[in-house]
Amino acid sequence: MADRRIKIFIYGSNIIMSVLFIIPLLWMVVSSLKPESQIFADLGSIKSLLPTNITFDNYIKAFDRIPMLKYLFNSLFYVAVIGISGLGVNSICGYALAKLNFKGKGVVLTAIIALMIVPFESIVMPLYLVVNSLSWVNTWLALIVPFIANCFSIFMFRQFFMDIPNELLESAAIDGSSPMKTFLKIVVPLSGPVFTTVFILDFISHWGDFMWPILVTTGESLRNVQLGIQTFFTLPPIFYGQIMATLTFTTLPIVVIFLLLQKYYVQGITSTGIKG
Amino acid sequence: MPNVSTQVHTGTKSNVTSIGLQKRRESITGYSFILPAVLLLMLFLLLPFLLAVVFGFTKFNLLRPDQIKFTGLDNYVLLFKDKLFYKSLYNTLYFTVVVVPVQSAVALMLALLVNNQLKLRNVFRIAYFSPVITSMTVIAILWISLYNPNEGLINSALNMLGIPKQPFLRSADQAMNSIIFMSVWQAAGYQMMIFLAGLQSIPKDLYEASAMDGANKFQQLKFITIPSLYNVIVFVLTITTIQAVKLFTQPYVMTNGGPENSTRTLALLIYQQGFQFRNAGYASAVSVIFFMIVVLISFFMKRFFRDR
Repeated sequence: MADRRIKIFIYGSNIIMSVLFIIPLLWMVVSSLKPESQIFADLGSIKSLLPTNITFDNYIKAFDRIPMLKYLFNSLFYVAVIGISGLGVNSICGYALAKLNFKGKGVVLTAIIALMIVPFESIVMPLYLVVNSLSWVNTWLALIVPFIANCFSIFMFRQFFMDIPNELLESAAIDGSSPMKTFLKIVVPLSGPVFTTVFILDFISHWGDFMWPILVTTGESLRNVQLGIQTFFTLPPIFYGQIMATLTFTTLPIVVIFLLLQKYYVQGITSTGIKG
Repeated sequence: MPNVSTQVHTGTKSNVTSIGLQKRRESITGYSFILPAVLLLMLFLLLPFLLAVVFGFTKFNLLRPDQIKFTGLDNYVLLFKDKLFYKSLYNTLYFTVVVVPVQSAVALMLALLVNNQLKLRNVFRIAYFSPVITSMTVIAILWISLYNPNEGLINSALNMLGIPKQPFLRSADQAMNSIIFMSVWQAAGYQMMIFLAGLQSIPKDLYEASAMDGANKFQQLKFITIPSLYNVIVFVLTITTIQAVKLFTQPYVMTNGGPENSTRTLALLIYQQGFQFRNAGYASAVSVIFFMIVVLISFFMKRFFRDR
């Protein structure tokens, strides 16, 4: 009897909380599909959360006013390049720190762990000067190269590779396999989960990039999707429906990636608690 | 006999050299494997960090780095007299002190709500988690609309409950709390996932044994669940604190630090001093203080919780 009551209590609380949590995003999606006047007419009633008069007008009009597809492509491109090149650079570094012996390894590992704490906000200005002196401002390089090496990713790779049995690596070495070949042919195929986890953590965190692109992209050509929606938001005339359309559109790719790789993302959070 | 000893001797010697050679080869491999990452980190993380420290003692315009002038502690003297710095520091700490316990408590509650065999638990989990994967820019813009003082969804809802319209982001008294409310909603699902992993690692027989001893659910929560989660709670508090101190996107997009500087944070101050007013030296000094606060917090959290 008591158990039953607790079960009902838990169900009830869950339903109330999840409705409260989902309302803002639901309103965003629903409003993007409504005529502007309908959004305001429905405010103050439950209809504001229900799709009435579905139309894609807001999307069509917003896409007429700003090149959303281009921004989307820009974001997908540079974030994917950071993610993929990061996998190469960070995994091999993590592997060396986990499985190879060399002088100064301890110092390098300690330095990498210590550098994890440096907040991006505290180095953003000198970093801008470094990038500027390389003449990278307003190029893809400025958006990508500084973020390829990542202390968190190196650390995650290292932790994962530590658990690979040494015998496996030694027997490969005895068979005459070079360290690089051992890494590519034996270690990488065993490490699908950690590669996926690091990639999705990196992808979601850089998908939200905002402060840095403001600084290093001056024109429209490299603008990412976050800057795009922020610019659109401040660009009169303001139509809620169109703004909600751009917001929904920006969120879609990340929802797709999340649904595909959900398991790995959650693993990444729970194993290290790290997110951009 | 002498023959044997020589043989053994030479054997060892060649082993030593081959082990030495192997070791050197492994070292070279090791260095070449870490080289790309180490070079990138030195150029784009360590160097900027050291530059921030050096720039803190100088005066120069961001656009004219060649006209840099050493000014000793001037920036720090200026900074400790600057009312706006104290205001930003206060706002940053206020946000942190409120958000960290509230968000962690909400997250723990959500984790307890979905840590069971309910059929719909995955639906609930995704509902709580959905704001986490939505980018902060999207969320900030969305909530500006929700918080709209005249035609926002929240004021309409309040109106239905008979509560008068609130100014939210337009008022110096409410702006920061509005940002806090939104931030808790956005990130609680993230901490929930960490708590959930912690809850699932508590051995089931602890609950079974205590149930046999007649413990009710509330006693189990108090005497089993919370103590078992101790390390996870410390971990969550630490990362949430460090995350909270960096508050930037929300006030940048939603209020630009206003009204009346009520939402100006340290990260926003660095950005504005450095890039809008081009005071690179001053902004660097703020960056150094900011970094020291983050280090102090993580150090303090570690000590405080270890001692207990």
